[in-house]
Amino acid sequence: MAIEAGSVSVVSVGATKTEGGTRAHKIEIGKKPQVAFEVWDTAPLDWPEEFDKVFAGSLKDPFSWAEKCVNEYKAKILCVKLQGAHPDFENKPPEACAKFISQLLKKVDVPLIISGCGDDAKDNLVLPLCCEAAKNERCLIGSAVQDNYKTLVAAVLADEHNIIAESPIDINIAKQLNILISDMGLPLERIVINPTIGSLGYGLEYAYSIMERARLAALAGDRTIASPFICFVGQETWRAKEARISSEEFPGWGSETERGLAWEFVTAVALLQAGADMLVMRHPKAIEMINKNMGTLR
Amino acid sequence: MALSGLDIYKLLPKTNCRECGFATCLAFAMQLAKKSISIEKCPYLSPESKVRLEASSLPPIRLITVGEGESKLQIGNETVLFRHEEKFHHPCGIGFILKDSLSDEELKKKVALINNFQLERVGQHLSVDLIALKQEKAKSRFIDALKIVLANTKLNLVLMSQDPVALKEALVLSSGRRPLVYKITKENLSSLLPVIKEFKVPVVAESNDISSLSELTQTLAKEGIEEIVVDTGLKPVAQKILDLTQVRSLSLKKSQRSLGYPFLTITSESDNYAQTEEAATYISKYAGIVLLNHFDPACVLSLLTLRQNIYTDPQKPLQIEPKLYPIGKTDKNSPLLVTTNFSLSYYTVLGEVEASKIPSYILSVDTEGMSVLTAWAAEKFNAEKITEAMKKFEVEASVSKKSIIIPGYLAVMSGDLQEQSGWEVIVGPKEAAGIPSFLKNIN
Repeated sequence: MAIEAGSVSVVSVGATKTEGGTRAHKIEIGKKPQVAFEVWDTAPLDWPEEFDKVFAGSLKDPFSWAEKCVNEYKAKILCVKLQGAHPDFENKPPEACAKFISQLLKKVDVPLIISGCGDDAKDNLVLPLCCEAAKNERCLIGSAVQDNYKTLVAAVLADEHNIIAESPIDINIAKQLNILISDMGLPLERIVINPTIGSLGYGLEYAYSIMERARLAALAGDRTIASPFICFVGQETWRAKEARISSEEFPGWGSETERGLAWEFVTAVALLQAGADMLVMRHPKAIEMINKNMGTLR
Repeated sequence: MALSGLDIYKLLPKTNCRECGFATCLAFAMQLAKKSISIEKCPYLSPESKVRLEASSLPPIRLITVGEGESKLQIGNETVLFRHEEKFHHPCGIGFILKDSLSDEELKKKVALINNFQLERVGQHLSVDLIALKQEKAKSRFIDALKIVLANTKLNLVLMSQDPVALKEALVLSSGRRPLVYKITKENLSSLLPVIKEFKVPVVAESNDISSLSELTQTLAKEGIEEIVVDTGLKPVAQKILDLTQVRSLSLKKSQRSLGYPFLTITSESDNYAQTEEAATYISKYAGIVLLNHFDPACVLSLLTLRQNIYTDPQKPLQIEPKLYPIGKTDKNSPLLVTTNFSLSYYTVLGEVEASKIPSYILSVDTEGMSVLTAWAAEKFNAEKITEAMKKFEVEASVSKKSIIIPGYLAVMSGDLQEQSGWEVIVGPKEAAGIPSFLKNIN
């Protein structure tokens, strides 16, 4: 879709059968805001115990975890983080990651966001193979950063996906990166910006204002910043101290799960007001609540 | 909103008489626009122009005070729509509604719960600001309930009653507490006006839509009542956000003085989490006061933290005084950790050091309030700066081991720092959460 002056572009994720893919529907990022469930390719080591309870032990098996999100919690889109590829984690070979993606695409029929492990060198090996494995499915792949974007952009171009451009709470770098990516031939309409958020109480206000500034510039007609925003809410909020320390250590403030939930959905509520388009979240209850909140805003 | 220099120029005599001390009326107008000179300097100003110029120099949104003394709540005086344009000035009040239909015991318990909800976060004191007592029963019960509230809290009060007799008695009882009265409407105007006038307390003016609200505040202003908080009543969240945004925007951008008041919101969601989300939405978007119905500690903690975030000055990050801080009962063998003077960095490290129960020193380096990685990138937190701070705050006099722990993300500077300071450099964990186990291991 072409961007008109003064509007945010809409990035379409997921290709249906008629579009040559196998997804049940597509998700348009940049229209009304939406939530993606975060799932990993491996069992997370440092998530609070609460998640084991709520996903009934399925975190150890990524496929049943993903299926639970889709079937039980009615996830419309998943964000798969390839944490297992990280050299400090399981250091899975790129081929294994690609195989995992093709299998996952057979298990679930919702559109996918695929997020690398965060180690640039490893992601440059892993993500191109994953792009290829998900060819024709029109995924959203990330993240491209200012000093490591070329490999990913080339792979995303070759296999016709969309890209996440990540900038460190900096509007100028966000613009610059969008320009660099579009200079390689990937149109601005296929970029989603990750402005790098902090959680409630841990720097939330920085990303909040960067997003407001960027969105105002976009609405005033600056095409280079007129991309929708993706915010990784879950990963930031569940490591906040408030979501972790027990009520024995911090009496009178509710259980750590109650605090964690409040931390996740309040962070998301604030980011929605700042212009977030895609929220990547972890806890089904927090996601249920944010869906409810988005309902009240319509 | 303030008039531009050219707008002001049109109101001046344009005679270039120079009596104001400027060569031309235009030059004088430019100074007026910058508010660097008073309009009194022009002796030939017409009375009409004077009125307009004085009006334009008033703040576009009035400052309203609820309560008295140290914990009084001041709201309003906002100047921008987006915090990055300047900052949001007066953090919105957060309060809870208690009904007079509660039993004495329940009332006492709830007041105590709300009252005791206080904590320090990033060096700031966080607490609830208001208790709103809502009349549902007869006058005598409302008054009895008020007595309990008054005796058990110093928090600011909102009196939610439209019964002039009950209100009058309540205002006599709460004299010296300067409560906010909720609410005056077009319908009850004639019965409540005398009470508000007599006690000179701030009042909530409510009307369903913005144009009738504006008429109502104008009527009140004519009666000399200008300590007003506005509300548009019960409506869906989306509609409320629109009202909040329009009131803020019309008062700031269109100088609509009849809407230049802080805005009160009351959550309508009955579910505890949904109510928290609703309140969080209002805190983000322009509410002057947010009243909630259910008290839940985890949710209130998140709302007070959100308010703290939104009302932080974006130009001035919260900072602490750079120096050497001894934590716990330190001695010469205590470990020394270094971080920035950005409040969030310092207090996060402090929290973990305290949790470890190992007495330690934290050296806070002056990074002008920048966080670890930002300061590193800006060369405010490198080997030179840390060595400088070590000398300035005489760490050698406090720590004998001559080793210093740096943040894990800055492992790259360890060689440099070792060379410059002559101290052994130990690379600490990347996340503050790793500090307790780290300190235990190096001990």
